[in-house]
Amino acid sequence: MIPLSWLLLLSAVLFCIGVIGVLVRRNAIVIFMSIELMLNAANLAFVAFARHLNSLDGQVFVFFVMTVAAAEVAVGLAIIVNLFRLRETVFVDEINLLKG
Amino acid sequence: MITVLFVAFAAILVVSSLLVILHRSPVTSALFLVLAFCSLAAIYLLLHAEFIGLVQVVVYAGAIMVLFLFVIMYLNLGQDVESGATVVLRRGLGWLLGAALVAEGALLLAGRLAPGPAAPPALAAAAGAGNTQQIGLLLYSRYLFPFEITSIILLVAMIGVIVIARGLREAAPAEPAAASAPAGAAAPDDAPGEDA
Amino acid sequence: MNGAPLLWLVPALPLAAVLLNLLLGDRLGRRGVGWLACGAVGLSFLWSALSALRLAALPGAERAIVESAYAWMRVGDLSVDVSFLLDPLSAVMILVVTGVGFLIHVYSTGYMAHEPDVRRFFLYLNLFMFAMLTLVLADNFLLMFVGWEGVGLCSYLLIGFWYARPAAAAAGKKAFIVNRIGDFGFLLGMFLLFAWGGTLQFGRLFEIAPHVFEPGGAVITLATLLLFLGATGKSAQLPLHVWLPDAMEGPTPVSALIHAATMVTAGVYMVARTHVLFQLAPVSLEVVAWVGAATALFAATIGLAQNDIKRVLAYSTVSQLGYMFMACGVGAFTAGIFHLMTHAFFKALLFLGAGSVIHAMSDEQDLRRMGGLAARLPWTHGTMLMATLAIAGIPPFAGFFSKDEILASAFASGHAVIWIMGLAGAVLTAFYMFRLYLLTFRGRSRLTPEAEQHLHESPPAMIVPLFVLAVLSVVGGLAGPPLVEGGHPFARWLAPVFASGVHEAGHGGGHAAAPAIPVATEWMLIGLSVLVAAAGIAFAFRAYLWNPETATRLRERLGGVHRALLNKYWVDELYEWTVVRPVYHTARAFWRFWDTKVVDGIVNGVGVTMEGVSAVLRLFQTGFVGTYALLFTLGVIALFLHFLRP
Repeated sequence: MIPLSWLLLLSAVLFCIGVIGVLVRRNAIVIFMSIELMLNAANLAFVAFARHLNSLDGQVFVFFVMTVAAAEVAVGLAIIVNLFRLRETVFVDEINLLKG
Repeated sequence: MITVLFVAFAAILVVSSLLVILHRSPVTSALFLVLAFCSLAAIYLLLHAEFIGLVQVVVYAGAIMVLFLFVIMYLNLGQDVESGATVVLRRGLGWLLGAALVAEGALLLAGRLAPGPAAPPALAAAAGAGNTQQIGLLLYSRYLFPFEITSIILLVAMIGVIVIARGLREAAPAEPAAASAPAGAAAPDDAPGEDA
Repeated sequence: MNGAPLLWLVPALPLAAVLLNLLLGDRLGRRGVGWLACGAVGLSFLWSALSALRLAALPGAERAIVESAYAWMRVGDLSVDVSFLLDPLSAVMILVVTGVGFLIHVYSTGYMAHEPDVRRFFLYLNLFMFAMLTLVLADNFLLMFVGWEGVGLCSYLLIGFWYARPAAAAAGKKAFIVNRIGDFGFLLGMFLLFAWGGTLQFGRLFEIAPHVFEPGGAVITLATLLLFLGATGKSAQLPLHVWLPDAMEGPTPVSALIHAATMVTAGVYMVARTHVLFQLAPVSLEVVAWVGAATALFAATIGLAQNDIKRVLAYSTVSQLGYMFMACGVGAFTAGIFHLMTHAFFKALLFLGAGSVIHAMSDEQDLRRMGGLAARLPWTHGTMLMATLAIAGIPPFAGFFSKDEILASAFASGHAVIWIMGLAGAVLTAFYMFRLYLLTFRGRSRLTPEAEQHLHESPPAMIVPLFVLAVLSVVGGLAGPPLVEGGHPFARWLAPVFASGVHEAGHGGGHAAAPAIPVATEWMLIGLSVLVAAAGIAFAFRAYLWNPETATRLRERLGGVHRALLNKYWVDELYEWTVVRPVYHTARAFWRFWDTKVVDGIVNGVGVTMEGVSAVLRLFQTGFVGTYALLFTLGVIALFLHFLRP
């Protein structure tokens, strides 16, 4: 039996790696991939708890999370493609139309 | 035994995700992410979440990452140029904050959780049905409404993607739709973009 | 509540007319507006008469009705209601105000027939009626002050009615500002009375006054002097008389109503109403008497030399007001109010008649270009002759009775000098009023050819009020004949109001603490008044009709004196140099420094500070998603820190 705390620690580490990815990288697609990492970290936590509390509700949640993540990736990439067409770049620090 | 496997797969997971965010080339990052997802799927299997693990491979690694790679290649992205003062400054700040987050997470977990109660393994097997069947039973009874809503989400996403990816100029409807309809939780097929 | 319910209708009817005029005035048209205005005042007059009759039905000692409309202020010790007081004094006032007011409203429909903005005129006129009626019906100082200010405002609006004329606009401003100086005194007096007496309501204050204020003490003297300052402002006495002659820039009906019959009498009314307080401060009463007498004489001298028909009448008004204050000052409050009433009749008539002349002469106002109008304007001539006889004090016209009573009271109270001043004023009054009459109506015509062409008698709307007022000027005095046992009817009517007074000097009023003068002296005084009046008239005839060169010779011989009189003793110039300019320059200096640098500095400074702060805050809005994500995460970390806390 894998201890719950290990799983949660792994989930936390994975999440933080995702956060770092978002903060550090310039490429919008890589940032997006880091976001996927974060989602997966959450999924892991869900499954871990499902295992340890012996209820399948956690897995059902993961099911929904994955579906939504898929939809989100599709839309997000469409936006990035559009942005690329407009600005010829995917680097987020070259796009600042909303500058105040 | 299980613990050893877990540690191994966990290590692969962490290392490959680190490489995702560290590598210069987006294609390499994507491929490492695939690796990360697969090891995560293995961990799911170890946790007796077979259905989830398989779906992870099929959807995440099989569809979503394929989409990523498709877009990367469509946009013809080369290596990222990560130089310049502001970039370095932001990167340093990012690492700092990330480290702080990790530390906080560790601290939060440290004092709060015991290994947790061991779940009686009999309960899972006594139901007699496999993981998939059990999830199915749950999905179509208690979580029916969210299930139906999810299908609507996918429909909306499809429509949205087509609209967004068509671009700003109405005069160029012949542009190939860059995004294909993502495979749902069902079949792993990805239809190539059709002319709109 | 018995007696006269719905007293508030009296001021409310003109107010309703104001509102209707505001809302519907455009749709009513010129005639409709005239009907509305006159109708409202007419109804108000009827209601006043009804209320007065109801009041008369009550036994003498109980003739005081207080009707409270609603509770206005209840703050700490201050408790003020909108409540109205109907007693013999206010009954006289509302009858005079609404009666004469009604006649003048009717006259205005004729006089202002060619005026395009007649709707605004009647709006202001009705508003004035409302304010004036509030003033005289008020049961407490604060409500009276509301009316006080209201009439001041309407005076400003009406003097400056033709606001496009610089002279009119300036005159309106002058009237308002000079009034304000008086109002300041009124306010301070009111504050003082409240601080010591704890109430502003007339009844209560007058009851407790002898106990709260030390008779003859500093507080009550100061308070009453301050109140009198307000009266001098409103009633154009020395030294605040300067606005009244300039106020003649307004339309003539305005001069008749406001600056002859009603508003300027507000000061006299106020002194009469608060006579209890004044009688507790003999010093103040002396001041009142002397100021009144001085003003009477002063203004009469100036009236001798003026060439504008309305200016002569204006100074005449100032002078007659002086007589009223003189009466109050020697304790003959009844006489003062009596003169107020008769003066309203003949002065309004004089002004309206002058208006008729001006109207006939196509807006010519200079006496030197009139003459011989008697045959051409028969009605105007006849009525104005009645008025002139009245003001000159010839029996049996109204002015004789009231003026004689004042002079007799002055004599009886022992103020010999004041009596002589009054007598001198009477001579001068007779003289300059007949000068006006002769120069306008008799003698050979000095008209310009164009005026000659357009000369015409006024329409009925203007003539009928003249006629009514002429009748009143003739018979109005018979309410107060002298030498009647136990006081004449008018005095008996007013007796309950002034009975609480310490002394009512003279022969006609209440019970007198001073011994009444013997009958023989009385007849002698009457004879003397008539004699001086006749002398004045005779001299006027000599100078202006029989021997016209007399006037020119006099003018040459007394050149310096004449110049001083013509220039009103240069009082306006004096004020200009000693008061107006210093104030103006101080204000300018303040503006230059305080307003532009400090106040504007602060206001602009706030703006600049905001700009600076926002410039700093704007640095957060880089537009880069990355920056936002960083700040995000920072926030999350901070949040988690909270959970880490033990």
